[in-house]
Amino acid sequence: MKRDQFRRPAHENETFIMTTVVGSYPKPKWLHRVRDLWEAEGERFDDDDWREATDDAARLITAEHERAGLDVLVDGEVRRNEMVEFFAHRIDGYEFNGPVKVWGHNYFDKPSVVNEVEYDENWLVEEYEFAADLTERPVKVPITGPYTLANWSFNEAYDTEEELAYDLADLVNEEIEKLVDAGARYIQIDEPALATTPDDHAIVGECLERIAEDIHEDVYLGLHVCYGDYSRIYPEILDYPVDEYDLELANGDYEQLDVFKETEFTGNLALGVTDVHVAEVESVAEIKENILKGLEVVPADRLTISPDCGLKLLPREVAYGKMANMVQAARELEAEIDRGEIEVARTPASAD
Amino acid sequence: MTVVTTTPGLYPLPDWAKETLSSLKGHQKHDLIGGDEGEEILDTYGEIREELIGDQREAGLDLVSEGQARWDDMLAHPLAVHENVDTRGIVRYYDNNNFYRDPVVTGELTESGDVARELESAAEFTDSLQAVLPGPYSLSDLATDEYYGDSAAFLDATADFLANEAAMFPDHDTLFLLEPSLVEHPPEDDENERASEAISRVASATDAEVVVHTYWGALSEKVHAHLLDAAIDAVGYDFVSEVDDNLYNIQEYGTTDSIALGLLDGQNTLVESPETITERIEWIGERLPAHEFDTTYVSTNTELFYLPENKYKAKLAALGEVAAREEVTA
Repeated sequence: MKRDQFRRPAHENETFIMTTVVGSYPKPKWLHRVRDLWEAEGERFDDDDWREATDDAARLITAEHERAGLDVLVDGEVRRNEMVEFFAHRIDGYEFNGPVKVWGHNYFDKPSVVNEVEYDENWLVEEYEFAADLTERPVKVPITGPYTLANWSFNEAYDTEEELAYDLADLVNEEIEKLVDAGARYIQIDEPALATTPDDHAIVGECLERIAEDIHEDVYLGLHVCYGDYSRIYPEILDYPVDEYDLELANGDYEQLDVFKETEFTGNLALGVTDVHVAEVESVAEIKENILKGLEVVPADRLTISPDCGLKLLPREVAYGKMANMVQAARELEAEIDRGEIEVARTPASAD
Repeated sequence: MTVVTTTPGLYPLPDWAKETLSSLKGHQKHDLIGGDEGEEILDTYGEIREELIGDQREAGLDLVSEGQARWDDMLAHPLAVHENVDTRGIVRYYDNNNFYRDPVVTGELTESGDVARELESAAEFTDSLQAVLPGPYSLSDLATDEYYGDSAAFLDATADFLANEAAMFPDHDTLFLLEPSLVEHPPEDDENERASEAISRVASATDAEVVVHTYWGALSEKVHAHLLDAAIDAVGYDFVSEVDDNLYNIQEYGTTDSIALGLLDGQNTLVESPETITERIEWIGERLPAHEFDTTYVSTNTELFYLPENKYKAKLAALGEVAAREEVTA
């Protein structure tokens, strides 16, 4: 099984419920200050200073993830500002006009596609290589998916958003090939826009086909979709060429869980077991109850657990507490399953 | 044909105001407008109002809207500030990457006067005022009812509420009722008649011309036919997102004596040239040879808040240029 490569040699239980995070993590406060200085005109901070600061932040957050006990780490996306902007700045064909409203006084610098998009500089390879060198544990790379890059931009250049999405899929594919060459084996494609326009699930599927077509056989591909009505995209998404579906369900108190039980869940499930919009650390007992919800859908060897979504809006100590309790909950539950104290289904050996 | 240039309102905040208001109000859901804001915030909105109206006048639009910069919850605003409404979780605004606070109606929808107060202030800066409200069907669709008990009673109460609001408005030339829910979540069966009656009820509260503007596609044939039964002066059609079905509806069922055409994309930074807009007006006119409209309102298809500041101004300028040309040729 592809998942076995992420199991640590020191893993003590026979059962393995993989633990990870979706990606973003609260940045250290000093990094915001450095960004202000780097972006301000006439200040003494140049690109080298920015790189040094983000390297330090990546060291800090990767170590924090390791200390929390996660099986698969992320560097907290400390170098990225926003999930579309970061990539649009690195792709030829985009321009920026200024902030637009998302809700209330929350804005983002929604870019415009004004020419055919083309691959320019590396997006994430250096970020991955740096983080991978910091730890023995596997490092996951979250990357914004082509459909979200298209849908959350203004399209001035293409006849249809679909054509733009397919061109972007080719660029995402190019980046993923480089990441795989650099050693990345766990790639998570983030497609939150699918939740806003569920009727476009076939376009997302075609984008993913372009990415998965010639991918290295050991690469474990995840898809993250959050904050939407899953009944409008499930079971259709089961046809996607991905290994894992990362879903946000704790926020809605698992009201949508039944959606995934009506039709057999044939993929691996990455289940959100802590709510990222509640600034309180859920107890180990509560998280164990949430993990059991996931075991109603898939057996333990096909279950990954993570927070619902990126943790970046939480106070850092709360984010850490959620990760640490999540890992403890998984390890306790694994031991209970090993001892036969909890009855769970197992996957036949051939499945994967 | 008289061409009148206008917009459906709901402007983006100027960039300076995005920052000023963020720091005055905050970023969380309880920080948003509740109708009880303090003097400093009210003054800031006063400045923004003057600026947005100035932008429209400078561009040369025929009708000027208040701008609705205060409408943090977009079309749900008139309920979100009501004393008998609780604003709860953040919910998605149609199929957009935008969110508003779910307004939960927990008591009687009594008169509020919130929108009327904004328009009173706006009237100081223009003699061509256009009022903007959500249509009753869309407003009830965006809200949650915990008081009236069934959807029919809630729709009626929403219509009465909006009619009372409109009755308090200062003099205005037009009232735009925005009804995207008629397209996005269309009424079913006898709900159609009720929605049409609800719209008539709001329309009857003003002496101004009433335009019911629809967007994000075309109305279904049945909804369109029922809407034409309402006592209104114009229906607005979104020719950016859907051309064929809108033309078909008008050809098959006719339309109101006046018409509103959504011809500029309120959700794309690509700026239509005045030539393109004029060509689109003519192109549609050629396909509706049997119709002689009293007034043709020309507008963006959607609200404008989706756009960055430089691009909404560029769209206004293009619309203004169309207005200037029409005056020359008229």
